[in-house]
Amino acid sequence: MLVKVFHLFGEYVLFLKKVFSKPEKRKIYLKQTMIEMDKLGFLSIGIVTIISFFMGAVITLQTAYNIENPFLPSYLIGVGTRDSILLEFSSTVIGLILAGKVGSNIASEIGTMRVSEQIDALEIMGINSASYLVLPKIIATMLFNPFLTMLSMVVGIIGGWSVGVFTGVVSTQQYIDGIRYAFVPFYITYALIKMVFFAFIITTISSFYGYRVQGGSLEVGKASTNAVVMSSIFILLFNLLLTQLLLS
Amino acid sequence: MITINNISKSFDGRKVLSDISATFDKGKTNLIIGQSGSGKTVLLKCIVGLLEADEGEVYYNDILFNKLSFDKKKLIRQKMGMLFQGAALFDSMSVEKNVMFPLDMFTEMSKEEKLERANFCLQRVNIINANHLFPDEISGGMKKRVAIARAIALNPEFLFCDEPNSGLDPKTSVVIDHLIKDITEEYNITTLVNTHDMNSVMGIGDKVIFIYEGQKWWEGSRNDILDSDNKELNEFVFSSELTRKIKGL
Ligand SMILES: Nc1ncnc2c1ncn2[C@@H]1O[C@H](COP(=O)(O)OP(=O)(O)OP(=O)(O)O)[C@@H](O)[C@H]1O
Ligand SMILES: [Mg+2]
Repeated sequence: MLVKVFHLFGEYVLFLKKVFSKPEKRKIYLKQTMIEMDKLGFLSIGIVTIISFFMGAVITLQTAYNIENPFLPSYLIGVGTRDSILLEFSSTVIGLILAGKVGSNIASEIGTMRVSEQIDALEIMGINSASYLVLPKIIATMLFNPFLTMLSMVVGIIGGWSVGVFTGVVSTQQYIDGIRYAFVPFYITYALIKMVFFAFIITTISSFYGYRVQGGSLEVGKASTNAVVMSSIFILLFNLLLTQLLLS
Repeated sequence: MITINNISKSFDGRKVLSDISATFDKGKTNLIIGQSGSGKTVLLKCIVGLLEADEGEVYYNDILFNKLSFDKKKLIRQKMGMLFQGAALFDSMSVEKNVMFPLDMFTEMSKEEKLERANFCLQRVNIINANHLFPDEISGGMKKRVAIARAIALNPEFLFCDEPNSGLDPKTSVVIDHLIKDITEEYNITTLVNTHDMNSVMGIGDKVIFIYEGQKWWEGSRNDILDSDNKELNEFVFSSELTRKIKGL
């Protein structure tokens, strides 16, 4: 078991080495990066927006119902919502959601290319298939995902505000006061740094699982599941690690 | 010209190829035949370097290929074209883009020149008016022909075809076979074809190598096959009712 884990990790490191070797033709890599940004980034805007809005709303309501105490000022609702969203939600939870959406997409795309010999076709032309297929995805997500995090922050806070005001648990003024109260700008940096790491984790692990598929479409399905599970585990692990490093 | 010396390959201790040597000449259609599972694909993949042989050497025009570094292999690979068993077209690209892909990667041609070359190759394999279709919108036979067009886009010196007519009807198979043979002669390519289709063997086999249980069992031209008294070869070649009747068995 342990031997197997080390073996897999070694394989992953070798895979990364292949991915990060010199690109064949810069211009084409640039074009691919644009395409991947569109596919892996832009197409995630919808889901990130919807989820962030509802989570912001729920966090506000839960905070409100938990501090139903006349001695606690209601601007704390704004503070609670803000900190939950900035610290955990828009990086870690969004990261996990992207692991599901983008990770499975990457693993099944590359896995399908493997079993239909498209990767062999690239190799036979003298192209470094790992680098050609994976490097643009890594760059695209590491550049674009921080924007998703920022989007999620804004939409989450708007979601909290609209539901808070709609249900009457907090007034606009109190909510805004809360959002501004003892604001630590570093929390945003912290969330963005985490997201950049998560983007790397999701793309490389999912590509790795897709790239090493052997067999047929059944294996592609399995690889895609494994990719999501492993990316999620490593996101949580690195969340712990980075939090300790950045906030302690 | 391609020469292989004493190629052996095992998977998990099970020997799939043992000690295969052969030479494949320029301008000739060389066939590798054998039963399903005899190791044809593994042999072809060892020759092109998609698999690494456990033992033996592969020479491309006297250059020892299988011991070269990735970067040096790349130079030879740009002279190779390969038609895969399932065509292996890039399904995110249109037919035209598929054929232009090697040109994009390895030439400094202008867009117009690339387009012209792609159209020339597509016409050569009789694909007309399909430039903007995607691989899942064309038939199996068309896919193989587009894959041939892609394989010849860079004027390869070596062409490899793994079961070019598996899954095709007999008539389309003959068309593909002759396309391969014509291209081989026209551009003086060293061509290797894996097949278990006896029609191909009799139609285009300049040189035929018969693989039996991972060994080179027999070698000769298509005309020698009919007169051969090699038992396993005869069993393979004359396995269908029709061919038995012809031979009078
Ligand atoms: N990657 C691999 N790992 C383990 N065994 C393999 C692998 N690739 C091929 N084999 C085995 O090698 C043997 C030869 O396979 P190969 O694909 O070369 O047959 P083939 O002659 O091409 O058959 P077909 O005509 O059906 O394509 C088979 O028994 C197969 O199980
Ligand atoms: Mg085969």
